[in-house]
Amino acid sequence: MLRFLPYLVAAWLLLAGLYGIVTSRNLVHAITCLSVAQSSTYILLLSVGFERGGTAPIFLDVPVGTRAVDPVVGALTLTDVVVGATVSALLLALAVQAYKHNGTLDPERFGGELD
Amino acid sequence: MSPGLRRRVFLAAAAAAGALLLWGLTGLPDYGVYNGPYGDVLNRVAVAERSATNVVAAVTFDYRGVDTMGEEFILFAAVLGVAILLRAQRDEHAEPPDEDAADRDAPATSNAVRVVGLALVGPVVLFGIYLVAHGHLTPGGGFQGGVVLATAALLVYLSGEYVTLRRVSPELATDVAESVGAAAYVGIGLLGVAAGTAFLANVLPLGQPGQLVSAGMIPPINAAVGLEVAGGFVLLLSEFLEQTLVIRRPGEVT
Repeated sequence: MLRFLPYLVAAWLLLAGLYGIVTSRNLVHAITCLSVAQSSTYILLLSVGFERGGTAPIFLDVPVGTRAVDPVVGALTLTDVVVGATVSALLLALAVQAYKHNGTLDPERFGGELD
Repeated sequence: MSPGLRRRVFLAAAAAAGALLLWGLTGLPDYGVYNGPYGDVLNRVAVAERSATNVVAAVTFDYRGVDTMGEEFILFAAVLGVAILLRAQRDEHAEPPDEDAADRDAPATSNAVRVVGLALVGPVVLFGIYLVAHGHLTPGGGFQGGVVLATAALLVYLSGEYVTLRRVSPELATDVAESVGAAAYVGIGLLGVAAGTAFLANVLPLGQPGQLVSAGMIPPINAAVGLEVAGGFVLLLSEFLEQTLVIRRPGEVT
């Protein structure tokens, strides 16, 4: 079970995040759900690169040749986190303007009476 | 589509997607068993080839340097998008924030928050610079250090007022920091072309592994990224604060 659990967690986070987006009645909530769905990619990437008994791929205190986890997925996850943060900021800015134009954050009630 | 129907449609689709995911994920190597060659190869050669003891940084800013440049411009474009989206709209007007606005009875910042916030600004700036400067040696780098540096601006806002934040981080300074950081990445990359090799090739002297000045172009690129991320995040912070504090809709009491 343990040899498969992190992948299950990734799949669960993706589906739970998507469920939140689909059923969301508030844009800020939907954006948070997108972050949840996206965090599944962090788990998946890091699990794929993990090696049992491996240390962090930083060879300042340990000699080269020490068993270490994959640095490539670490770099990919770093990219992922930064892009996730800025995309959230962009979506939140859109939500601010959507609220101003519609007077609500509920996508079901967009295009209503205000303005 | 009613919420109930939409939920049922989603659950059906999610069941199918989940089954597909499980089918695909069972084909992956067992957790903890790593058999891809790239990570092992990089862990073995990166310190000797690039003098960088942080192999993740060597991958991000050297082996995959072009990809990171693309990512840096995603960040740049997203911050630009926020700035454009949140500028004063046609029917809005900007007003200098009045901390004693009649309709806002925001509780005064407590002295404890002011003291702790201000006391933390110095150490946080120092820590941010440390993270950026040691990115090629220990965990950290331009992205992490840049966000920590931007946190210092948030602390200034928390322990002072919006106008204090604007005074220590004028709009022009953050704009310039963000743009110069983004441009410097490309500029450093062009050094490789100028030296007659490839774009972003590591053409600077590599030095000894573990030294602060080593790893060739990785520390300068880290500094450029740190500058851009710090500028970008301070810009994001001020844009969102401006929405609540400065920009007024028509008819809004200020």
